[in-house]
Amino acid sequence: MTEPRIVGIDLGTTNSLVAYMEGDSPVVIPGEDGSNLVPSVVALVTGDGRENIVVGNRARKHLIETPKNAIYSVKRLMGRGIHDVQDELKLFPFRLAEPDSGELLRIRLGERTFTPPEISAYVLLQLKKNAERYFGAPVSKAVVTVPAYFNDAQRQATKDAGRIAGLDVLRLVNEPTAAALAYGLDKQKDGIVAVYDLGGGTFDISILKLHEGIFEVISTNGDTHLGGDDIDNLLISIALDDISGDLKLDLRRNGEAVQAIRNAVIDAKIALSSQVKTKLDIELPDGKRYQREITREQFEQLIEPILQRTIAPCKQALADAKIKPNDIGEVVLVGGSTRIPRVRALVKDLFQREPHIELNPDEVVALGAAVQAHILAGGSQATEDMLLLDVTPLSLGIEAMGGVVAKIIHRNSTVPASATEQFTTAVEGQTNIAIHVLQGERELAADCRSLARFDLKGIPPMPAGLPRIEVKFLIDANGILHVSAREQRSGKEAQIEVKPTYGLTDEQVEKMILDSFDFAQEDFNKRQVIEARVEADNILLALEKARKNAAWSALGGAEQQQIAQLESELKNKKAGEDYRKIRSAIDDLNGATTKLAELMMDSAVASAVKGKTMASAGTELGEGPSAPHPIAPAEFDKAGD
Amino acid sequence: MHPVVPNPETLASQACWSCLREIEKAAHFCPHCSKLQPPADSDYFTFFGLQRRLNINLDALEKEFYSLSRKVHPDLYARASAEEQRWSTDQSSLLNDAYRTLRDPIARTEYLLELEGVKLEEQSRAATDAARAQGKEKQQVVPADLLEEVFELNMQLEEARMGKKMGERDEQVEKDLSTAKDRFEAMLASSTSDLHQLWKEWDQVIATGADAEDPLRIAVRDKMVALLNRRSYVRNLVRDVNEALAA
Repeated sequence: MTEPRIVGIDLGTTNSLVAYMEGDSPVVIPGEDGSNLVPSVVALVTGDGRENIVVGNRARKHLIETPKNAIYSVKRLMGRGIHDVQDELKLFPFRLAEPDSGELLRIRLGERTFTPPEISAYVLLQLKKNAERYFGAPVSKAVVTVPAYFNDAQRQATKDAGRIAGLDVLRLVNEPTAAALAYGLDKQKDGIVAVYDLGGGTFDISILKLHEGIFEVISTNGDTHLGGDDIDNLLISIALDDISGDLKLDLRRNGEAVQAIRNAVIDAKIALSSQVKTKLDIELPDGKRYQREITREQFEQLIEPILQRTIAPCKQALADAKIKPNDIGEVVLVGGSTRIPRVRALVKDLFQREPHIELNPDEVVALGAAVQAHILAGGSQATEDMLLLDVTPLSLGIEAMGGVVAKIIHRNSTVPASATEQFTTAVEGQTNIAIHVLQGERELAADCRSLARFDLKGIPPMPAGLPRIEVKFLIDANGILHVSAREQRSGKEAQIEVKPTYGLTDEQVEKMILDSFDFAQEDFNKRQVIEARVEADNILLALEKARKNAAWSALGGAEQQQIAQLESELKNKKAGEDYRKIRSAIDDLNGATTKLAELMMDSAVASAVKGKTMASAGTELGEGPSAPHPIAPAEFDKAGD
Repeated sequence: MHPVVPNPETLASQACWSCLREIEKAAHFCPHCSKLQPPADSDYFTFFGLQRRLNINLDALEKEFYSLSRKVHPDLYARASAEEQRWSTDQSSLLNDAYRTLRDPIARTEYLLELEGVKLEEQSRAATDAARAQGKEKQQVVPADLLEEVFELNMQLEEARMGKKMGERDEQVEKDLSTAKDRFEAMLASSTSDLHQLWKEWDQVIATGADAEDPLRIAVRDKMVALLNRRSYVRNLVRDVNEALAA
């Protein structure tokens, strides 16, 4: 078995991708349909008493046919509470279930409900399958990208999604940083780089210093709810207004019609990046039609307020980095929305520099994630000097007297970063201290993002002010917070009880994993057996052919006998259900036939393929059948539970 | 960077967790088996192998930061044991915290003063922010030589606020305020050069091997505390004026 591969995953609002470092360059792994992009759409398909979850292009058609059973842009809900998604609900057809307890969001899909990390996990599972199909081997480790401006809860939710999908997320990498990695890989030059990343649902700006292979993020800023989605929603609401005004048709509650309009405006938006005008032509219920011409000029006027929202974060990032636009050597564009000419013009204006557009803005983040995965796996010459030093996007603070936030780790601090604070008691005999941890830049706790409440317990009863509890806050390389506490007098670890404000508890995640992971494992085994059998057939067929070759008689009797024995062993194992046994029988037979394979080839070819096994030599000579990927279509069956 | 002089902190020894051979207490790596060590309870200066001096060669510091990052960053320990991964995160956060503090002149000075036993908390920006957020004036001692000027400034600030409330702009007040702002900004600039002078004095005292009880060492320390207090006071004044001027 070869070293387990670590893949890089871009879990996007609109599209997701999985990539891998092949040799010295990262490549995107296509899905079974040959497409590099897996739309981040998940649908529940019912029928025959079974429920299937389908993902990607296969799920997309359900957005129109059965909108109640499909969901897209779930990334907007990751790590958020019911109260902070009210604005999103006006614009997106998310159907939320009544929360069963507290803040936990649940999304309705058909008759079932899912948390946002579970929905994302299905997308991850699809990417994992695509990679496994490509490698013909299991994949269990990944680097996953997140918007740089994601807070702790959003990062944690992404990590949870990985665990639910049976993926060990070795690192969360910020999307613009990943893009810089992919970009810097072939440039290898030093200087200041700005990455402007306007995706489907999020906007990030990061400023990096490249120095001898070190990618040091100096500052980052952004808006986790700003992207191409907002442009679509604006165009949809204009179309809906038009339709209700001109055609006296209120389609706001007609999910099917809204989805049809959405598809049409997205097409129009894309067309306007290359044309100066386009036409919206949408078939509506009751046989009516909505037709409207839209010019690029009109489009640019409409979206200007949305694009303007990217300017303040850019200016803040420049100010935080203490640099002027002139100091920036290169500007890199990332995210599908940067294809809009007006966006490019705005970036050029802002940084007084022509931005780089030679990289595919949809793929560059996944490619960078693959580079980072490769580095974590031990790297190679291509990456040996590369090291990523990222920062935390938001200040971390604790609530002090009067609801004020005392900042303990400032934004744009290189991670890992830590801060140690001393706590004590206010009244005699107090044995508990509550700590409220927040993230954000505002002065009052009420205006910041609540991360968690920690309860320090088991403090020995003492007069007020006497106990000294030292609490260490550590933000790890993923941007995720860890807290530990120690009573200074005794040196004892203090007990901490953590109540995350948003998101899942460990137990909840654990339960979700079992659901999907058992199933994924079973599914994987099945596919492995099928695949191993096909490989076995290939080598058995090649051997049959070889028996007719003069080389066969050149072998000694003992060798012939050994091969025959291993051949029947393989046939025997092939009938069984254990793919490991089949594979090991294949390996044995392959080993025993190495000499035969060499003998079969004339000297010129033999020297070229020396040491190769029967199966590979056969393939290279074009004799044996080539190995297809005999894997069933990717889908996640949920037997009617 | 200054030559690394033996520091009492680093003289003590301990055993490497991996090869069990004797190593320096604050060593980041075992010199014998080159394994990463658990972080020692060392201060930021010791972490970088520096003496407690205030003039630091920033280029050398940055170089050392990059070089240590290439050795301790968690990305390099993704395949190591859980324990080594934790140490790498701890060492790395210590490295980042130390670098962030030492490269910034004010943070470096404040940090050193805290190591010298001074509690700067009362005067810190965080405390000021907290007081402001609660709508309270920060209780700060006004430096004696500024008393008169601050008194006048507060009157002007009050007038500007009143004017703003009434929707009027008083050009004279605005002019006075921006004059005051220029003056205070000049004070900030001159406090920076005063601070550099004190750094020099401090480094000279340290070079003589003065211990923590040394009266000269304590005298320079206290001068720096006074200067930082005055500085933070003036900085807050500038901020108040800026807020009043921003219509």
